[in-house]
Amino acid sequence: MMAKHISLIAGVFALASSVLPAHARTIQVTVTGMAFSPASVTASVGDTIEWVNKDPFAHTATVKGAWEVMLPVGKSASKVIKKSGMVDYYCRFHPNMKGRITVTP
Amino acid sequence: MIKTLRMILGGTCLLVMAGLAQAADKPNDAQIAHIAYTAGVIDIDAAKQAIKTSKTKLVVDFAKDMLRDHEAVNKQALDLVKKLKVTPEDNPTSQALTKAAEAEREKLAKLQGAAFDKAYIINEVAFHKQVDDALKTVLIPSATNPELKSLLETGLKIFEGHEQHAEMVAAEMK
Repeated sequence: MMAKHISLIAGVFALASSVLPAHARTIQVTVTGMAFSPASVTASVGDTIEWVNKDPFAHTATVKGAWEVMLPVGKSASKVIKKSGMVDYYCRFHPNMKGRITVTP
Repeated sequence: MIKTLRMILGGTCLLVMAGLAQAADKPNDAQIAHIAYTAGVIDIDAAKQAIKTSKTKLVVDFAKDMLRDHEAVNKQALDLVKKLKVTPEDNPTSQALTKAAEAEREKLAKLQGAAFDKAYIINEVAFHKQVDDALKTVLIPSATNPELKSLLETGLKIFEGHEQHAEMVAAEMK
């Protein structure tokens, strides 16, 4: 009985790991006090960046000419990173707020 | 200290200089709270005027951003003075700022279309720059309550952000 359970559990894990890439992570960036924290993060292609806006002000995470994530007051929003390279983003409402994502393949 | 404040804000108009000449040597916390709140109200009123007058999406969107942020900052300011049991105190600097803003509002009321858009955005850059300088050199160093100081520091980041945002809008309008 026990052995059957263990093999079942192992099977589920094996299935999960074959479906999900092992390295896919969610990297959290907190937006507080008019700043992205940490301001600089490192990610791999396929990882998700999640911004958590703890400020009483709306913000954005914007890459000029590429993408924009809206960050309403008290909300979280995320983006899956699809390309490797260095990405500098800023808040369109407060361009003095800057962040960087360094993406490895 | 008063000389610096006069130098910074005096550029607005003679009214401001006259107002500051009567101001105390160093503003107290109740006066600082009043000045910061007044600066917010001025920008909220300017934003409302722009939302009503402008037909340009870029300008109206910018004005809505100003309205939203300054209402949020002023709400925080009101919550803080309530918590600290401080009554914001009217003062010559606040009065001079309000007078200058009224003159600007009347000037803008005579304009329409592209002329209005341009004048509004140029004034937004100038106004935020003045408040940034006042916060940095007078208001933040003079504030004695740490919570007020901290709110003013957040306010400074917001104002600096708005100044850059206004500069970007000005560049896009060209």
